[in-house]
Amino acid sequence: MPVQVDRNRPIADTRIFDGEESRRGYRINKFAMSLARAENREAFADDEEAYMARWELSPDEKEAIRERDWRRIMEDLGGNIYMIIKIGTVTGHGLYQIGAHQRGETYEEFLATRNASGAR
Amino acid sequence: MARIVAGIGTSHVPSIGVAYDQGRTQEPAWKPLFDAYEPVKAWLRDEVRPDIAIVVYNDHGSSFFFDKYPTFAIGASDLYPVGDEGWGRRPLPDFPGDAAFSWHLSESLVYDEFDMTVCQELAVEHGFMVPMHLCFDHDPVWPVKTVPLAVNVIQHPLPTGARCWKLGRAIRRAVESFPGDDRVVVLGTGGMSHQLNGARFGHLNPDWDNDWLDRIEADPAALAALTHQDIMEQAGAEAVELIMWLTMRGALSERVRRAHRNYYAPMTTGMGLIAMEDDS
Repeated sequence: MPVQVDRNRPIADTRIFDGEESRRGYRINKFAMSLARAENREAFADDEEAYMARWELSPDEKEAIRERDWRRIMEDLGGNIYMIIKIGTVTGHGLYQIGAHQRGETYEEFLATRNASGAR
Repeated sequence: MARIVAGIGTSHVPSIGVAYDQGRTQEPAWKPLFDAYEPVKAWLRDEVRPDIAIVVYNDHGSSFFFDKYPTFAIGASDLYPVGDEGWGRRPLPDFPGDAAFSWHLSESLVYDEFDMTVCQELAVEHGFMVPMHLCFDHDPVWPVKTVPLAVNVIQHPLPTGARCWKLGRAIRRAVESFPGDDRVVVLGTGGMSHQLNGARFGHLNPDWDNDWLDRIEADPAALAALTHQDIMEQAGAEAVELIMWLTMRGALSERVRRAHRNYYAPMTTGMGLIAMEDDS
């Protein structure tokens, strides 16, 4: 049986979203998933703290959301991009802003690295 | 018997859907992508003339979450509503299904040892919808019935590429045991090279993508032998979605006739397209 994900061959600057990550990120991803409902997006936009208080989020997780610290959410807190993007939709951060933050670049710096940044 | 008449491999990038809804398809940065699908639409409408589209896609947090994330799931409904994955309902008509056909597929696949999660209610999202509106006109309704077939490509452990390929072979057997004369097209969606997490966000590998496009047509067994590690190292963590193209290719005859091909990598994803006619 070939090894599908080889822990002895880590890929630089890459996280593999596996069971360990999914367990670590369960709370924040569940919170993010709740924003797939319009009424929850409205509640979060109206009062972020009150809405976050309705969910089982740790102080670290709340802080990272408050600070829009996408890099921390993705690298340290088990965020799954397809869930976390739902938070960004409410806070006004698209996929490419979240990506630029993970790369440690400004949005403009990131766009300058692309072949045709009009396709966004 | 029903039969497989064509297969399409296509990316399903969500920004394509946004540009489409905003009427920006002829902007310079988007035109190379959208224009490539116009001949595919005409080919499907005038030559392939499918009755049913089986769409192999993954759910990105629309109908499934990590509380229960099925490895393989299949829709078994006469209607699949447009879902809300976090940015509201897109202005597309809901998708017609064929519950009897889906239940036949489900029975055949399960007895063929592919243990599907059968879904009688399933809202669909960009992984399913973007390929559909790229390939089919829908004014006012979709011209084909659909079967959403969802694969876990987002939470490891994922099914292997070889398993996805074999699922395609089993889909072919299932289709060919369905009475009637339905013409079936299979869409394998996702990819190509891209990575959305970590400092490697934005990784692209156009050479690798174009090699995949060559091989999915002529040497798919080589692609089915790749591990997830192989794909992720070369093409980025999220490029592993491409294993869903193997299900499409596995459903086709060994030899195919390529009708269309395109590649464009404007932002963070290699957007690939290949359309093939079954040769049986």
